[in-house]
Amino acid sequence: MIKLISNITYLHLKKIERCRLLIEVRWHGRGGQGVVTSSELLALAAIYEGKYVYHAPEFGPERRGAPVRAYTRIDNEPIEQHFGIYEPDIVVVIDPTLQTEVDYILSGLKKNGMLILNADEPYEKVIEKAKMNDIRVWYVNAYDIAMDIFGRPFYNTPMLGALVKASNIVNLESVNRAIEEKFKGRGKEIIQKNIQAVELANKEVKQYES
Amino acid sequence: MSELKSIKTLKDIPRKEQFAPGHRLCAGCGIPQLVRFTLKAVPDPKIVVNATSCLEVASTIFPYTAWKIPWIHNAFENSAATASGIEAAFRALEKKKGIKKPKIIVFAGDGGTFDIGMQALSGALERGHDFIYICYDNEAYMNTGIQRSGATPKGAATTTSPAGRVIPGKQERKKDLIGIAIAHGIRYAATMNPAYPVDMYNKIVKAASIKGPVVLHYFTPCPTGWYFDPSLSIEVARLAVQTRLWPLYEYEDGKYKINIMVRRPKPIEDYFKLQRRFAHLLRPENKWLLDDIKKDIEENWKRLLRLAGIEA
Amino acid sequence: MSCKSNRNGERRMSVKSRRIGLNGDTAVAYAAKQANVDVISAYPITPQTIMVEKLAEYVNNGELDAVFIPVESEHTALSAAVGASLAGARVFTATASQGLALMYEILWIAAGLRTTVVMALGNRAFSPNINIHCSHDDLYAVRDTGWIELIAENVQEAYDLTLQAFKISEDKKVLFPSTISLDGFILTHSLEALYVIDDAYVENFLPPKDPVYPIDPNNPITYGPLDLQDYYIEHKKLQDYHFENSYPRILEIFQEYSEFTGRTYKPIKTYGLDDAEVAIMILGSSAGTARFVAKKLREKGQKVGVISLTLYRPFPVDKIKEATKGLKALAIMDRSLSFGSPGAQLYMDVASALVNEREKPLLFNVIYGLGGRDLTPDQVEYVFKKAQEYAKEGEVKELKLWVGVRE
Repeated sequence: MIKLISNITYLHLKKIERCRLLIEVRWHGRGGQGVVTSSELLALAAIYEGKYVYHAPEFGPERRGAPVRAYTRIDNEPIEQHFGIYEPDIVVVIDPTLQTEVDYILSGLKKNGMLILNADEPYEKVIEKAKMNDIRVWYVNAYDIAMDIFGRPFYNTPMLGALVKASNIVNLESVNRAIEEKFKGRGKEIIQKNIQAVELANKEVKQYES
Repeated sequence: MSELKSIKTLKDIPRKEQFAPGHRLCAGCGIPQLVRFTLKAVPDPKIVVNATSCLEVASTIFPYTAWKIPWIHNAFENSAATASGIEAAFRALEKKKGIKKPKIIVFAGDGGTFDIGMQALSGALERGHDFIYICYDNEAYMNTGIQRSGATPKGAATTTSPAGRVIPGKQERKKDLIGIAIAHGIRYAATMNPAYPVDMYNKIVKAASIKGPVVLHYFTPCPTGWYFDPSLSIEVARLAVQTRLWPLYEYEDGKYKINIMVRRPKPIEDYFKLQRRFAHLLRPENKWLLDDIKKDIEENWKRLLRLAGIEA
Repeated sequence: MSCKSNRNGERRMSVKSRRIGLNGDTAVAYAAKQANVDVISAYPITPQTIMVEKLAEYVNNGELDAVFIPVESEHTALSAAVGASLAGARVFTATASQGLALMYEILWIAAGLRTTVVMALGNRAFSPNINIHCSHDDLYAVRDTGWIELIAENVQEAYDLTLQAFKISEDKKVLFPSTISLDGFILTHSLEALYVIDDAYVENFLPPKDPVYPIDPNNPITYGPLDLQDYYIEHKKLQDYHFENSYPRILEIFQEYSEFTGRTYKPIKTYGLDDAEVAIMILGSSAGTARFVAKKLREKGQKVGVISLTLYRPFPVDKIKEATKGLKALAIMDRSLSFGSPGAQLYMDVASALVNEREKPLLFNVIYGLGGRDLTPDQVEYVFKKAQEYAKEGEVKELKLWVGVRE
């Protein structure tokens, strides 16, 4: 029988390796922030670990200036389903200003799911609403990390690093390999900085505890 | 295998024919002379791409063909595109398999060039494919029954620009094909006329010697669509040059040259009166149009003199 | 269900492969590169653009020894491809939607002149109104023109079918151009894991093109002559005969590729049909979604199945007759419309394939997903429910059903 596991933690994964794993991630950000790239990097990292993936850009209509979404579906069996992700296990909000759009970012997020925010302090209304659904909130100040490393607000790779720590869907090494592959034409410095950003966010990300 | 060789008199033209008799082009049509000359002037190996046109339908009625060299017809508007593909393929195959790249010649009518095929031609010229594009211009869609094209001259009557009581024939000027071609930065372009065979032959030889796209614009008298006696074809063609209506000139690497200098032009009426498509222009009520055409011819001639650096 | 089972049977692979992640467009471009094409003639159009960009990149970086013709329109893209193919080159092009519509005239010529052009379609809706997302309008627009039509369900298939398309088109018992369809954005822009064959092995399956009657000054041929009342119909009958006869050869090539890679290719894919009472027939990426739902319903004891097509032209009539035997109702799902017709395109195909069968299921047509509207499991479940309803009542209440549409 297929066993769908929606409440994921890495501890579970190890125990039930031989059974079906299905994790769905939704990414939020704005145009130009590399939302699609972070989803793609996660997908590539999962492929390196022998998993199956479906990474897709926005399913809904896209408008200039409007928030952008991307989706990653990860499984250890071939993925047949090609529909959009409406009830994600994990939501990653790359853009710091979007955390105030509480209903938008929490839309469909499963009970016991996970929310990862780019914030110095999570917005209180998000926390409130997340609590109602037993959603675990993680947060990291990716702005500071990005400004320290890139000198520009590139949040996507730090947020990927945060996701890896919070969920452990993939290993950090796989993410770094994906970055090397994806940015191989862009020079060593870009690769190193992105890896550094991933690792730093991976260390700094914290689970919110009231 | 023949070689590129310019000629001094008609006697120098090679005897070998690669366009067989028995085709169904009209008596007095100017196209066969163009085709025979081209196939003689351009050395083997060569390929012809033909747009849908008089030449296409008259020379290849299945199960017959007049062509002794590879000939391909794809559609109406895409002869330059088809030539692009063939040229690209031979470029690749020459490199990969050592197959010698043939010279590619396009024959298209004025409809297939000035109108429906303009985009494909422009694209091919811009991309710089190595081919010879020859437009044979009989100044209307003759194959479908004499409808107006962008090459129909001002004043001419066609079935879609009839000489009516209110509008006496086509009111718009003919497009400047050579000007359009040159604007793409090609190296060589020229006009040709069957009444000047040596000039014509040598222009084809020249075109074949150039790597990259070239455009030749050929005047094709059409007894069927212009309504004149087929025996007068060459006479009509010659008058077109002698009245300065069809200047024979060439453009090469930035320089213009007028090949036939018409110092004392014949009256345009001499040319018009031989063809029924212009008959209405000679009526008094249409004198304004005739004057207008005369002005156009004069201006065009002066423009060419300027381009060729000759004082008027 | 054990996690060991693997639908694609990848473990039996007999060639050396690598497992990588690519989006559908890149996978197709990669396959065209591995096919060592001689000429690429293509015009960019969303959602096919990545293919054209990738191939231009391969050529300009010297990774692919080919001539890339940056044409000025899709009409020229295919016109030039026809010329190049007749000249003996292995040719690739790609388009979508409006681009395909602009090529329409030349589709017939490419097939009638027996070229071996391979063209990928990033399936996209026809205008108006302008939309860049998935419908199957373009793949259906090809159906009458004499092209082989292959349809990918996922990125792996897009890659595999591209390689097979060259082999099929250039086969001396086929000699017709091919299209590979992949759903716009859902596959073209989405990344999945796939196995790509190591370069060194590709030629074992796909040797260089050995052209039949190429343009050759030493052997002059007249291609595309005027063909009137006295011969045209015979030529068309011959073309039809040869097109139908390409079918068994295509099956052989599918088989050969399956043995070569360990990934099974058949003209149609069926799921649950051993005991299914009702089924859905569907094309492209949504087939997986339908199967996903069918699996869930079967766990609940419902006898449902799914049929999807990898080969759309020539239409695998025999396989469809066989697959639909014993079904009580069949929902035929079309991601397109054929205005004023008895049903949309796939519906008409299936209905006419089954018309003389003594026992056949009740058929009804479902319109879904136009312009990229997502086909969700709920919609699929609803279609199964309708099929069950009709099967039980023995009659089709509503021949044309729309799903995923706001009322």
